[in-house]
Amino acid sequence: MPSSTKYDQQMGFFIDMQRCIGCHACEMACAECETNGQESMIHIHYVERAVSTQTTVQVCMHCEDPACANVCPADAISKDEFGVVHTAETSRCIGCSNCVLACPFGVPQKQEKAELMMKCNMCYDRTSAGKKPMCATVCPSQALFYGTREEIEKKRPDSVPVDTFFFGEQEVKTKVKIMMPKGSNYLKVQ
Amino acid sequence: MLKLFQTLNRVAFIKATIAALAVVILVFIGSRNLQNFDAALIAYLFGTIFAVFGIAYRYSVWLQRPPTRLYWRRSMQFLFSKDFITYASRSVYLLFRNILFQRFIAYRSRTRWWGHFLLATGCLLSFAITVPLTFGWIHFTLEPGSYEIYNANFFGFKVGSFELGGLISILAFKALFLTSFPVIIGAVIMMKRRVKDGGVIATQSLEGDWLPLVLLIAISVTGLGIGYDYTFLDGRTHQFMAVTHAITVILFLIWMPFGKFFHIFQRLAQLGANLYKIEGKKRGMAVCPHTKEEFATQTHINDLKRVTKEVGFDFTLADGSSHLDLSPEGKRSALAKAHFEARQASGKFFG
Repeated sequence: MPSSTKYDQQMGFFIDMQRCIGCHACEMACAECETNGQESMIHIHYVERAVSTQTTVQVCMHCEDPACANVCPADAISKDEFGVVHTAETSRCIGCSNCVLACPFGVPQKQEKAELMMKCNMCYDRTSAGKKPMCATVCPSQALFYGTREEIEKKRPDSVPVDTFFFGEQEVKTKVKIMMPKGSNYLKVQ
Repeated sequence: MLKLFQTLNRVAFIKATIAALAVVILVFIGSRNLQNFDAALIAYLFGTIFAVFGIAYRYSVWLQRPPTRLYWRRSMQFLFSKDFITYASRSVYLLFRNILFQRFIAYRSRTRWWGHFLLATGCLLSFAITVPLTFGWIHFTLEPGSYEIYNANFFGFKVGSFELGGLISILAFKALFLTSFPVIIGAVIMMKRRVKDGGVIATQSLEGDWLPLVLLIAISVTGLGIGYDYTFLDGRTHQFMAVTHAITVILFLIWMPFGKFFHIFQRLAQLGANLYKIEGKKRGMAVCPHTKEEFATQTHINDLKRVTKEVGFDFTLADGSSHLDLSPEGKRSALAKAHFEARQASGKFFG
């Protein structure tokens, strides 16, 4: 990846899916991101439609040690010096879906006909130019927030950004943080 | 230098050496003990031998990675099974569709497909012509007693003849000039995309994306220069044209194992990935415990559980099941539910 960018490392991505109202504005905005080729990469859906109106929104968490890149047989997924895990290198991706099935957050998507994996790369065309990702700029409930840690702490005094997840005993650390109740250090998923 | 030996992958080194030696042996056999070898092409030969060594080395290292190794073994296992005829014919079909015609790129963008198809076709045809010529496998001789009939020989055996000045001779002798045009057109189409597409501009790099295109154009233009020289300049600039062309081609050959061009060889794995999916469907689909829907083949999920452990991830849960048993949607829902429960336990959903 080019190193001469205006990527601001003071800025962070914070998500809080309890704030998601399922409006799909992020989905529409995501499709405007040029690095996705006008495909929406964000996931938004009901959690358990039969019993709850709860919706959830999921962007790529940009893991410190990405499972997707580790299981990629084609070395198509890379992480840059800013910690952004990029979507599959198109010349290498063989469309095997290993990353789709191994990502603990269920993020990568397989474009079946194109035999290509695609995923959110934090709107690299925008963030590398010092702008905010599309989804975070349009989210009306700020379930998706892009800014400094100080800004989010001021806005959410009873919450704390957490970057550690446990899936069973497997610890996963991420660049994107989730807003948790004050005092939390991690989120244990199952 | 010491570090180079310490980090040397012995298995890959042995395989690469065998591959390079095999090329040398085939050059001796094909050129009848160098009798038909064109000494003017010696630099190209050494460049090709280096490329073979480098590609075999990198391919071998690549195949040692757990996910790649698994796909390789599974592909071979499924191909050479009782369904050999089905899978072999499927592989041939995929070879044409995905490797020679790169149809999957058309679904990414039609213009991109045209660009890549022209580029790839030009390159593959050029390989098909230059490699046998460089190795001395193909050479041309005059028919004894004739000044008009040329014989084409392969491995020293006559395989055809044609009249000098005829259509076949023009096509045979100017083939590399003809293949240079699709390469140039394709490279220009790909370059245009690289200056117009905002997403590509943000993520591209000079050495990974631009230099390969520049090099391919340089090879084609300098190659055309040789023809221009002997057609219009009576060979006065032959040395210059020949040397600049040789430099660009040898740079290409040396770079092949390291840079973007290695994807030409990696792309073959796509055939294996397709066979893997077909066989997996036959063996049964995995059903997500959350969505209750089929989402992948069970073989894939089982293999992935093994591979993730091999690369340092263990998604086994307390009840003995695995987080990987969930579909992507199931995983996202599990995360949302865990987050909801954590918020609920704290007594505050927001703030």
